Amino acid sequence: MKTEWTIPRTLSRHKSANVRKKRPKDLVYGLLFASPVLLGYLIFVIIPIFVTIFLSFTKYNVGKPPEFIGLDNYKNLFSGADPFFYPAVKATVYYVGVSVPLGIILSFFAAILLNQNIRGRTIFRSIFYLPVIIPLAASSMVWLWLLQPDFGIVNYALQTLHLPTSKWLGETASVIPTLILFSFWTLGNTIVIFLAGLQGIPSHLYEAIEIDGGNSFHKLIYVTIPMSSPIIFFNTVIAFINGFQTFVQPAVMTQGGPSNASLLYVLYLFNEGFKFSRMGSASSISVLLFLVVIVFTVVLFAFSKSLVYYEGQGSKK
Amino acid sequence: MRKLSFLNKTILYALLVAGSVFCLFPILWMLRTSIIEMGELFQNPPKLLPSHWYMDNFKQALSAYPFGRFFMNSAIITGGAVAGVLLTSSICAYSFSRMEWPGRDKVFGFILTGLMIPFFVVMIPQFVFWKSLHLTDTFVPLIAPAWFGGGVFNIFLLRQFFMSIPRELDEAAKVDGCSHFRIYWQIILPIGKQALIVVGLLTFLTNWNDYLGPLAFITSEKNYTLMQGLTLFQGSYTAQWNLMMAATSVIVIPSLLVFLIAQRYFIEGIAMTGIKG
Repeated sequence: MKTEWTIPRTLSRHKSANVRKKRPKDLVYGLLFASPVLLGYLIFVIIPIFVTIFLSFTKYNVGKPPEFIGLDNYKNLFSGADPFFYPAVKATVYYVGVSVPLGIILSFFAAILLNQNIRGRTIFRSIFYLPVIIPLAASSMVWLWLLQPDFGIVNYALQTLHLPTSKWLGETASVIPTLILFSFWTLGNTIVIFLAGLQGIPSHLYEAIEIDGGNSFHKLIYVTIPMSSPIIFFNTVIAFINGFQTFVQPAVMTQGGPSNASLLYVLYLFNEGFKFSRMGSASSISVLLFLVVIVFTVVLFAFSKSLVYYEGQGSKK
Repeated sequence: MRKLSFLNKTILYALLVAGSVFCLFPILWMLRTSIIEMGELFQNPPKLLPSHWYMDNFKQALSAYPFGRFFMNSAIITGGAVAGVLLTSSICAYSFSRMEWPGRDKVFGFILTGLMIPFFVVMIPQFVFWKSLHLTDTFVPLIAPAWFGGGVFNIFLLRQFFMSIPRELDEAAKVDGCSHFRIYWQIILPIGKQALIVVGLLTFLTNWNDYLGPLAFITSEKNYTLMQGLTLFQGSYTAQWNLMMAATSVIVIPSLLVFLIAQRYFIEGIAMTGIKG
């Protein structure tokens, strides 16, 4: 079984030799063919963003028309009048700040292991990827069962090994670390992207280190990490953006508890909008999330030119 | 590639096996719990395998709620979304890869920003929008977006693939007087089959596994998806973990099957998303 994507090499070579001319007459058909996504982007993304910004300045609970209240929603959040905002921010920063860097290190390490020339590596790759395809709502339930304080198999195993047990999701101090542990279970996507990157590193670089008498550690420090730096960076930014949107795990496992210790930002946002139907206030919470994501996106796009490479384009790289 | 020394190889295997146990154990434990009898559930020490396979859990779990209906709902939503994504994302990808029009790459770059925008930012206006059309609590909000390009990610993936197809093919067809639609339908789509399979599989999983979308748009129980059904179950069968795991297994098995049948495509699909270099 091959893991390399099988775009026939000969085909892409033909392509780059091809001379391209401008054909502006395709504009109408081009736009027509692209119209589903252009319309979709407008209807489901662009307009909603402006509506969110507008609603964030209103008091709105769907039943009645929105009532303009200026910056009151934001004042409520920042002044602490809303008792959930700061706990949610704190829990999210804690969760994202720890799970993302650790997750990147772990998945990079796992990708290096899975890239070694050993028997059965395709099977190992599939196993490491497998958790990604399990519905999160389902795996959250499974982990809830594994981590039951009294009857869970994890505590049982720890007990047998005379190791300290934990209440896991049941205690304010351990709930976020437990969610972080769970986040490692679904690193498959990140691992596979790293793996694709590792496979693109030319082997003569490693051979050069060998000729100079370097060991595996030197290879890691002088070739693997520098050559993977764009992907490390890419994965890190994506992981942060995804981390901020962690919803299903706390929604299914803890409902934000105990005492709001796992009230991650988007769960708080969802509750505010859909449970308490305070859509205006929820919109201001969305706007703040949006601002954070914009900052990360701008950073990513500033670097993206050196990150993304189109195979068929015959570009410089 | 160089051969590894025996010691290195041992360490490597040990780490890979440990990682595999971490990845596989929860799934196996779920399956194991789903066939255990209530009496054995809290047994100490727990048996690795139940003394006999107690399949009644499935019957009990599935009859507790209209899971058949939830299954159908999930299937309709997923089927509708997959069809929409395959059709519209490929036609958009055709435009962005095989047609030349001024501003094409700039427009595409702009649309790519959509990858970064969290659903949470647009969730409330979308809800208001569907509400004003009286379409909340139907499947429309969950299927319709798939018919409008079906997500930039899919277009990106297909565009990558379409760009690698030699231009001579459609140029020859054009000389022969083929319309763009015919080139798309009769030349590019058949060649891009492999990439379309990847997109279809990923779309299947995204929609089948989706929890947030139904939670936001679906309110009445008859329209619940399987994921919603699961949490419904959680609310009322808190201590009956064997039934809960039976229900969970039923929900996981379709995703698991799809993966086992087509695992090659998944891993290639992720690797194909343009980070090769």
